[in-house]
Amino acid sequence: MRNPLSDVVLNMKPSGIRKFFDIVSEMPDAISLGVGEPDFDTPWHIRDEGIYSLEKGKTFYTSNSGLMELREAICEWNARKYDIHYDPKHEVLITVGGSEGIDVALRALLNPGDEVIIPEPCYVSYVPCVELAGGVPVTITLKNENRFRLTPEELEAAITDKTKALIISYPSNPTGAIMEKPDLLAIAEVIKKHDIIVISDEIYSELTYTDGHVSIASLPDMKERTIVVNGFSKAFAMTGWRLGYALAPEVIAAQMTKIHQFAIMCAPTTSQYAAVSALKNGDKDVEMMRESYDQRRRYLMKKFDEMGIPYFEPQGAFYIFPCIKEFGITSDEFATSLLKAEELAVVPGTAFGDCGEGFLRISYAYSIEELKEAMTRFGRFVENLRKNR
Amino acid sequence: MRTKILELLDRNSRLETEDIAAMLGVPVDEVELEIKAMEKEQIICGYHTMIDWDKTDEEKVTALIELKVVPQRGEGFDRIAERIYNYEEVSSLYLMSGAYDISVIIEGRTMKEVALFVANKLAPMDEVQGTATQFVLKKYKEHGTKYVSAKKDERLVIGA
Repeated sequence: MRNPLSDVVLNMKPSGIRKFFDIVSEMPDAISLGVGEPDFDTPWHIRDEGIYSLEKGKTFYTSNSGLMELREAICEWNARKYDIHYDPKHEVLITVGGSEGIDVALRALLNPGDEVIIPEPCYVSYVPCVELAGGVPVTITLKNENRFRLTPEELEAAITDKTKALIISYPSNPTGAIMEKPDLLAIAEVIKKHDIIVISDEIYSELTYTDGHVSIASLPDMKERTIVVNGFSKAFAMTGWRLGYALAPEVIAAQMTKIHQFAIMCAPTTSQYAAVSALKNGDKDVEMMRESYDQRRRYLMKKFDEMGIPYFEPQGAFYIFPCIKEFGITSDEFATSLLKAEELAVVPGTAFGDCGEGFLRISYAYSIEELKEAMTRFGRFVENLRKNR
Repeated sequence: MRTKILELLDRNSRLETEDIAAMLGVPVDEVELEIKAMEKEQIICGYHTMIDWDKTDEEKVTALIELKVVPQRGEGFDRIAERIYNYEEVSSLYLMSGAYDISVIIEGRTMKEVALFVANKLAPMDEVQGTATQFVLKKYKEHGTKYVSAKKDERLVIGA
């Protein structure tokens, strides 16, 4: 039989976290600090709206772009929160999680061979999605000394005449970095100069612990060249509902909607009804969760300070990115022996790009009690490492 | 900072001072001083433990008793309230708006014990005009805490 598979798929690198997932799954007593989703249940009023919609028999497809009521709520919410203004009729597409938004955006933008600039370390799906869309990923290594922000010089250096788009994601998974307005203004100049499109993955936008999130689409002349991807998973603890959205200028949104229409039809109807309540009545919940994450963030920073482990101070998302270069072993080796010795799972930084070498991603979407036990184990492990050197 | 400390202790009174300090990003001795001060000022009046007695072999019943009482000149409801809450059997007592005046929550070993306490101690008081006793059959949630088995963490152990 001939090879039934696509070359593109075969050449895609499998996700770096798979191996850990398999080992941890076999260890019932292991503590994992590896999750990428909130520990909170979806707030009850949101779940209740979903249930109510089912009781009322709202079990049909919605329009391809999504419920008008939800699109309007999304536009209102984004205008109120981030001062970005979109037309619910033509510039919003409700997607199956933020992930679909990224995939559809790339497929709408790319011609074969188009280059997409991806600053790393970053979320695991950008590179494969670019490859699947026929594009060529061009990665930039973000630097700890720049607080993992993208600088105009780094961007300028990566641009060629084939560059079509740039993917940025702030607050960042896995580093917890954010980009403030002056940083964004600086890269916006380069973006405009070279006439490239930005896909801005803002899924962690509500989890910012300093001054609040700034969307690159809010900067002068940027809306027309930006696709904002956001969703309900992180801010409203709704990962399992699979609901996100893309905001884009009409010319792009129309083509994205076309792909979505053929590939997906529409995002889950129940989730869409529930999401309306999230946007209209969820401010208090988001505030409560953000405060709780912030407390855990400070708690972990204190613990790593005490252990003498340097880390990048996270200002958003729910991850901390400690540096383990002093031990002279790879992130993968560190994580593997930590798991074996202390039954504590963390994600090696290399899962988020080769430049994540020497770092770990630790999630703080856990209760303080769990974090406390985890830090005891982590502390014991590094003490032993230091002793045996 | 006081409100933040209180919110944390309200959820878990066993949280250690140094953890509170770390979570709030303030020095430990500052938190310690605030807690001491709030204890002294009776803002923090005690530390309690949530216990699901149904899971033990201990017999316990809880009753909610509505009292209609006559307030007293110059004292309002305070004196009668004091006379009632001084009984050890009384675990909570509230002055209410609405159809009745005082709500008494009593914990006893048996229904009979509670009923006798109402008949012998509360009903005969001069100010008490009437009582209505309701027994709690099952506790679902108290003090923001649900009386259900801890939920298993069903999240993917490692996720991107």
